[in-house]
Amino acid sequence: MIYWLLFYEFFKVGLFAIGGGLVTVPFLFDLSEHYAWFSTKELADMIAIAESTPGPLGVNMATFAGYKTAGIPGAVAATFGLVLPSLVIIMIIAGLLKKFKDNPYVRQVLSGIRPAVMALILMAGYEIARLAILSFENFILFVLFALSIRFYKASPVFYMIVAAVVGIIFKL
Amino acid sequence: MLQLFLSFFKIGLFTFGGGYAMLPLLQDEIVRRRRWATDEELMDYYSIGQCTPGIIAVNVATFIGTRHYGKAGGCLATLAIVLPSMIIITLIAAVLARYMHNEYLTHAFAGIRIAVTALILNTFFDMWKKGVKGYFGYTVFALAAVILFFFNLSAVLIVIAAALTGLLPGIARRKKTK
Repeated sequence: MIYWLLFYEFFKVGLFAIGGGLVTVPFLFDLSEHYAWFSTKELADMIAIAESTPGPLGVNMATFAGYKTAGIPGAVAATFGLVLPSLVIIMIIAGLLKKFKDNPYVRQVLSGIRPAVMALILMAGYEIARLAILSFENFILFVLFALSIRFYKASPVFYMIVAAVVGIIFKL
Repeated sequence: MLQLFLSFFKIGLFTFGGGYAMLPLLQDEIVRRRRWATDEELMDYYSIGQCTPGIIAVNVATFIGTRHYGKAGGCLATLAIVLPSMIIITLIAAVLARYMHNEYLTHAFAGIRIAVTALILNTFFDMWKKGVKGYFGYTVFALAAVILFFFNLSAVLIVIAAALTGLLPGIARRKKTK
């Protein structure tokens, strides 16, 4: 049954793709070779589309493949399959963390991890900057945004909408 | 519970470019507005989401939902964060495929990417004092940043190594007292 197969294959992707985002890409290429759900070219298009649509790439791809193969129920089956492994695992960890929050070892481990996460955040910012800031004009805009975000703490959604409008007006 | 759903639906709708692009939105909605987590807890969720299977954005949503409303909350937050992309992608796959190469959309997203870069940088500075404390913090941060930048090592390995490093000061202290 196609729904079951979609669920099962994306369940495996969800279980083995550790690290999120682009880590799912090799798994998806694998799928495109095994099944006629989507072609390699469609996957490449999808990666491009995913960059300009909201939501995580893995979820977008599961929905896309599921829909192409078996309509909306297929999209639901594939996405549910993708999300289920982490849903179960995170729920277990959330329970454990609650219980052991004050354990000294857990606290030490977290104290080591936090600065590393800060480095990951900075790196993620750098990766996006490489795609976003392509000219001097872009850089000026970036500085203006950075300053206004720093001094007028409006919602991030507000800044994104402003940026979309600015992008259209100035043909970025 | 409804608020949980609405908050994560909004975050899912405005996350462009994966897990870390979601961070400014999470900080604004979850830490500042709803007070469902502190900055420190958000960092912990990210590190756990990074090292466990699945998509970081989804993992963080599950985590926050579970912590506040139990298992039902975890499921609800997860549903809420994937629902916007499911709807949008289904629409694209069904009718909008050509529309995606629209010139206006391209310009709009070029603008959004610049704002997202600035937003992430802002969140980074917001969290700096809470995330990087003392010489130990500076050292771990600097090492992780250098390794990430120059050696392109997997983020999973970085987090695991940092977790072990976190135990070192404790071990050193115990040896001294012996």
